[in-house]
Amino acid sequence: MKRAALVPSAFAFARATRRLAGPVRRLGAVAAAGTLSSLSLAADIPLNERRSSYEAMSAATKAMQDDDSANPATLWVLDGEALWRASAGAAGRACADCHGEASQSMRGVAARYPAYDAKRQTPVDLEGRINICRVEQQQAAALRLESKELLALTAYLARQSRGLPIESNDSRLAPSIEAGRQLFQRRQGQLNLACAHCHDDHWGEKLAGNAVPQGHPTGYPLYRLEWQGVGSLQRRLRNCMIGMRAESYAFGSPEFIALETYLMWRARGMPMESPAVRP
Amino acid sequence: MARALIKVSPNPRRGEVIEIKTLISHEMETGFRHSTTGAAIPRDIITTFVATYNGEEIFSAQLFPAIAANPFITFYTIAKESGTLEFRWTGDNGYAASEQVKIAVE
Repeated sequence: MKRAALVPSAFAFARATRRLAGPVRRLGAVAAAGTLSSLSLAADIPLNERRSSYEAMSAATKAMQDDDSANPATLWVLDGEALWRASAGAAGRACADCHGEASQSMRGVAARYPAYDAKRQTPVDLEGRINICRVEQQQAAALRLESKELLALTAYLARQSRGLPIESNDSRLAPSIEAGRQLFQRRQGQLNLACAHCHDDHWGEKLAGNAVPQGHPTGYPLYRLEWQGVGSLQRRLRNCMIGMRAESYAFGSPEFIALETYLMWRARGMPMESPAVRP
Repeated sequence: MARALIKVSPNPRRGEVIEIKTLISHEMETGFRHSTTGAAIPRDIITTFVATYNGEEIFSAQLFPAIAANPFITFYTIAKESGTLEFRWTGDNGYAASEQVKIAVE
């Protein structure tokens, strides 16, 4: 997939990345050849070159993620388990009353979300699915996005998919994946960057001393040391958009769902790490 | 939803040096931050951690605002006899939490 539409701003990007990330090899080579009109940035990362950002972490942070008793996200998982078993709403039912043991019924579920909702004819992510269940089945109020309760339930569900490969093979998701790809490759913000500029073209290099990851959502929701808490993929995307000096989408917006759907497709087959730890 | 996680080998050999890992859920609000309306957010941290082994103190720590949320404290002791390890966290606003783990020394 080439980003021909990005060409007119290539010099702005070169200036921005030079400031941010040092030499820009590909752009430099192209500029020397004097063929800016045919400028194209790197294509999708080949499947066998994809890496979880786990691999770039320090030994101490890896150890934190690997040991459930050291991984602070376990605190959210335990809270989530309690919520799973607690009755809620006018229906007086708990998640467990319908779904039983999450270790059985929820195994592999998080690995295939966002999933297509036939009734709404749109993809919904895991947080959205939990809230649909709360409103329709439990007749309870939807949990606020990024609230501790919703993150706890999401972390508990995602934990049931740890080690399983991410699945993205529902053809009904194709329009959303394509929409997400467009967003991923579209320049935005005052720095005039697209997600792809860092995460497809410059992964493995440094940005302000930190490794630029490929950006695969294998571990969400995850405990980020910088946040001192658990956050969702949408919160992480929001961080990146603020870094690009772009206006972030709202939590739960169709744009974020499309990006999530695209990122899960991009990470298809990679093992789930949820809940992961990241610096 | 305060919770603590303790990890310690349940059946150590007598005389063995054992590692004890403790993790507790706490916001550790520093007292240096302000809300979006400019109001100071009061300090709310764990200030003291004490571990005892059959009633005898084996480890203690004072905590300060620079300690991150969800304090993770790891330390070592010598497994002398079977018994109970007790952990107590106390802090601002009357915060108190405790946890016990039994170990059987072989």
